Parts: sequence; C-alpha cells; structure tokens
Amino acid sequence: MTQKMTKEHKLENRVVIAGFEEKDSWTLEVFEGKLGGYVAAKKAVAMANDEIINVVKEAGLRGLGGAGFPAGVKWSFIPKEPKKPVYLVVNADEGEPGTFKDRQILEHLPHRLIEGMICAAAAVNAKTAYIYIRGELRLARIRMEEAVEEAYKAGYLGKNIFGSGRDLDITVHPGAGAYICGEETGLIESLEGDRGQPRLKPPFPAISGVFGGPTVVNNVETLSHVPGIINNGAEWFLGLGAGTARTSGTKLLCVSGDVQNPGFYEIPVGTKLSVLLNDICGGPLPGRTFKACYPGGSSAPLLRADEFDVPMDFDSLAAVGTMMGSGAVIVMDDRRSIPEMAMRTARFYAHESCGQCVPCREGTNWLASMLKRLCRGEGAMGDIDKLLDACDNMKGRTICVLADACAMPVESMLKKFRSEFEAIAKPDDQVEAIVPKVSGQMAALMESVRARQMTK
Amino acid sequence: MAYAFSEKLEKKFQWLLTRYPQSDAVLLPLLHDVQDEAGYLTPDAIDFVAGKLNLSSARVREVASFYSMFKMNKKGKFVLQVCHNLSCYLAGADDVVKALEDKLGIKAGQMTEDEVFSIERVECLASCSTAPVMQVNVWDYHESLTPESALKIIDDLKSGKLAMPSYEDRIAAGGDA
Repeated sequence: MTQKMTKEHKLENRVVIAGFEEKDSWTLEVFEGKLGGYVAAKKAVAMANDEIINVVKEAGLRGLGGAGFPAGVKWSFIPKEPKKPVYLVVNADEGEPGTFKDRQILEHLPHRLIEGMICAAAAVNAKTAYIYIRGELRLARIRMEEAVEEAYKAGYLGKNIFGSGRDLDITVHPGAGAYICGEETGLIESLEGDRGQPRLKPPFPAISGVFGGPTVVNNVETLSHVPGIINNGAEWFLGLGAGTARTSGTKLLCVSGDVQNPGFYEIPVGTKLSVLLNDICGGPLPGRTFKACYPGGSSAPLLRADEFDVPMDFDSLAAVGTMMGSGAVIVMDDRRSIPEMAMRTARFYAHESCGQCVPCREGTNWLASMLKRLCRGEGAMGDIDKLLDACDNMKGRTICVLADACAMPVESMLKKFRSEFEAIAKPDDQVEAIVPKVSGQMAALMESVRARQMTK
Repeated sequence: MAYAFSEKLEKKFQWLLTRYPQSDAVLLPLLHDVQDEAGYLTPDAIDFVAGKLNLSSARVREVASFYSMFKMNKKGKFVLQVCHNLSCYLAGADDVVKALEDKLGIKAGQMTEDEVFSIERVECLASCSTAPVMQVNVWDYHESLTPESALKIIDDLKSGKLAMPSYEDRIAAGGDA
C-alpha cells in the first residue's frame, strides 16, 4: 500500500526522512522516544523570532516545493506588528507529475512536519496553521490528522505550548483534485473555500494571504528540515551539501521511469545527476541506454543523456536551462518517443489549467491538440514551428506560471529532439486544414447550402 | 429522497466551523464527507450544504465543479482510476487501461450497465516509482500493475475476495491496508 522501504544507499544522507524505516514511525511514542522528536520544537518556542529566522537564513534552507526561494527570507517578510492574525500554511498539495516525496513524509513522519511547523509558527508569530493536503492522499491525511490529535493531547499544540506562552492550532485541510492548488495563491483561494484560481501579485501572501492575514506558505519537505537546523545549527546544514554555501542541505529526489531502481532518495544537494542515475539507481535497464530525463518534475525542461553530468542543485540546473523543481527525475531510455512524451506533458497541463488566463487556457489546449495530431501521424512539418511560436507566446504572460510550466518542457523537447518531430510530420501540402466536425441540424443546413451552390 | 447530514457529520460540521475564521472555508472538507455519505454530490446534497453555509446552490456547484474529485454524476460501485501520466505511461499504463476496457466492455469515462464498475483515466497519483498505479474508490492504491494483475483485481472485487473496507474501518485499522 505505501512505498516499499529501500535501504539507505551509501551515497545517500537521510536527514529529513531519518527514522523512516522505524516501525510505527508515525506515532508520537516512536518519534519522540526513538527519533529524538520535539527537542527542536521545545528549543524554538523559547527562542526570539529573529533568532529562528536568522539561523534558517544562515543555513541557506530553500523552498523545496519547486521555487527554491530562501525560507528564512520568506519568513522575514511577515510584518512584525501585523494588524491581522498571521497564518502558517503548509503546502502538501503534491501533484507535480513524477513527485511522491511529500507523501512519504506525511505518511511516515507526520510529527517531523508538526515539529517544523511549531518552529516556523514561532518565527513568524502565527497562532493558526493549516496543512493543505492533496485530496487523493487519504492515508497521508489520516496519519496527519492522527498525529495532530496526538500532539494536542500531549500539550504540544493548543494553548501555551510547552509552557512557553505561545499558542498554535493546526488543522488538516484536504484539497479535492486540482494541480493548480499547489500554486500558493491558488492554494489560498482553495483553502478559503473557493475555486483554486491563483491571485494577482502583489499583494504577496506575506502581506495579505489567507483570510486577509499575513501568510507564510511552505512546502512539507522545507518545514521538515527546520527541526534539524534548530537542533544542529546552520553550519551543520551547510556541511550536508556536496558543494558551496549555495548548495546546503539534502534533497529528496523521486526517480521514476526507465531505471533499474526507481524510488526516492535523500542525497546531498549538489550530487551529480549522473551519479544519482548510474550509481544510486543502478543505471539503465539491461540492454538500454538513457535518452533524456526531466530533472525536476514535468515542468522542467528536458536534459539529454549527454547533459547528465550536472550537479543537482538549484543554481547548477538553472545554469543549464532547466530546474530542480520538485526533485522528480523522470527518466526515458532509447525506446521512447519524445513527441509522445511532449503530448502527454501538454495534455496534463491542458487538463489542469484553471482557465482564467487566455494564453494558458488556449495555449495548453492548442499544444496538446497539435501534438496529438503529430503523434497520430497526421501533423504537418509547419506544426513544429507553430508549436514553438505558441510556447513563446505562453511564457510570462499569465497570472501564475502554469502556462510556463507547460511551455518550457515542450519547447525543450521540440528544440533538443526536433528530428523526432520531423520524422513523424507530413509535408505541409499533404495535410488538410482542420475542418471542424459538425453533426445534426448544422450538418443538414450546411449540406443544403452546398446543394444550392451546386445547382447555381 | 432529501439529503441531510448524518448525526456524525453534523457533529463534524460544527467542529469544522470552529477551525476557520470564515465559514466558507469548510466547504472542501465538508463536500468530501457529503460525497462519502451520498455516493456523489446529488442536487439535493448540494442544496443542503448550501443551506447550511448560507450560500446559493449555484455557488456550491461553482466551487465543487472546479475539483476533479467531486462527482456530480452517479459512478459505479467500484471506480477504477488508472494514472496515464508520464511515469505510468512509461511503465505501461495504456495496456492496463486497455485490458480493463476490454474485460468490462466499456471505455474509460464510462460505467458498466450493472453500475458495478467505472473506469477513469486520471493524472499523477504520486506513486511514480511503483508505476503503473490504479486507485480504487479514491482510496485503495494498487501499484506496479500489469494487465494481468489489473484483471485479477476486477475478479477479486467482483467475488468479494478483495474487500473494500469502509472509511471508518480504515481509520480504526490505523489507516494502512
């Protein structure tokens, strides 16, 4: 039912999922008794707000949901003397294709997330927090609800937690199946009981977020790193990474597709992609060679196999024109058709577009339709440039980045594997213009008009 | 039959109202529970929820229709949702869907005449390293499927060998299956 437990690989360093394999790791008893839980929370509630923010800033903890924005900096945007209550919202709406890391934390180590939330809430003076969990993940939701209940009973949540004078209420809130609610303002709309359509920014959530209050939205993995930083300090976290100060900590990566050992792995930030795929995941399937991969979920532009020698950190991946995103590595070997993958990518975003911005609503659907036609073998050579033009006109022209998330990978596939698209396209003059299909009364009417024209 | 909350749900509704500064915010958690009780969001159920929250029915419908998990139509007793996104496609999800379609004589998006099975193609279910994956009744994950193992699940559901415990049973069992 849940993810099969894999033994820690020697190149891994499990910090955020440490204790994952422990029996009943999701109970307070095990988390506190065997995994050293809630030590950081007790420490944090006694610290000054700025002290917490500073240590997280110094550690270089970045938003691990996809954006990579420094967490401590995000917290520092919350007004010190707010006019309305401050809210902490956990983004557990994990929906990026290829990603299943937050689900592991929610199902197996829910108390680590609660502990991280206590620290973060203390940093920004939030008394109310919500965990917005993707609706499909019911086991995660139940484990999380049970953990919250346990924490209340132990006095770790509610009024005057740990006798510190601080209060914190946590409510688990289920989503209901909408990828766009992973976008922080879409999530806020959804949490308020509305359609999850992203808001125009500014105002940013730190000024006016959920219920009009200053709001911090953090990813599950990001918050689950906070207890470790509070316990061990910024230096420790910096030392976990494989590279420089810009590459601190560890990152959960989800590997799926054509590799020997798909799964999730916690590796030092800055570990090379080639090391991950060949040494940790066992390389390609027997008799196959790697062709390409999405390094950070389906919104990340593709990397060709000859580009795999890149360190997995936000800046190195950005430098080669792609991104770390959610840390989902989807691998394709030499059997795979890139146009087919492009079609499926576009189809997903067309399905998930919330529909409020024209370039996204129309663009994602046009990309999907044209790619479907190409994959059926009925597309024209000219479609390839039309697709590139459409991608270009989708990027940076919408309220949120869903349009970009669709256009970027599709564009990279068209550019890096253009010959595969050309191989399945027909010469332009052999492709008929698309004529809309009509039926019923309209068809009869058109037929009669045509008949009249014939007799003229 | 007019819909009304069960006693248990009424209690939960009152508790939910205490958790948010605005009552609208309870809509999503509430609709999940209503759907569990009523099977799908019937017009009656939507009217009832709207009345409870002092919203118009159109407003509740507007919100509910945005989310793919809320169903406005009757579905089979067992809803088979197969992920057809990237990782599952790479692992052979299309063959699984085809095997199910052939066996049940319906296409994805349809329900069998006896109202026992519905097949749906869905997007990423966050189980990508154990693809392809199918979810039965938004609850039971079946991973690393083959066309054969998927067909066996249908047989086992039909014969009752694969029981579908209720939501409450699951919670009592600690959530795991």
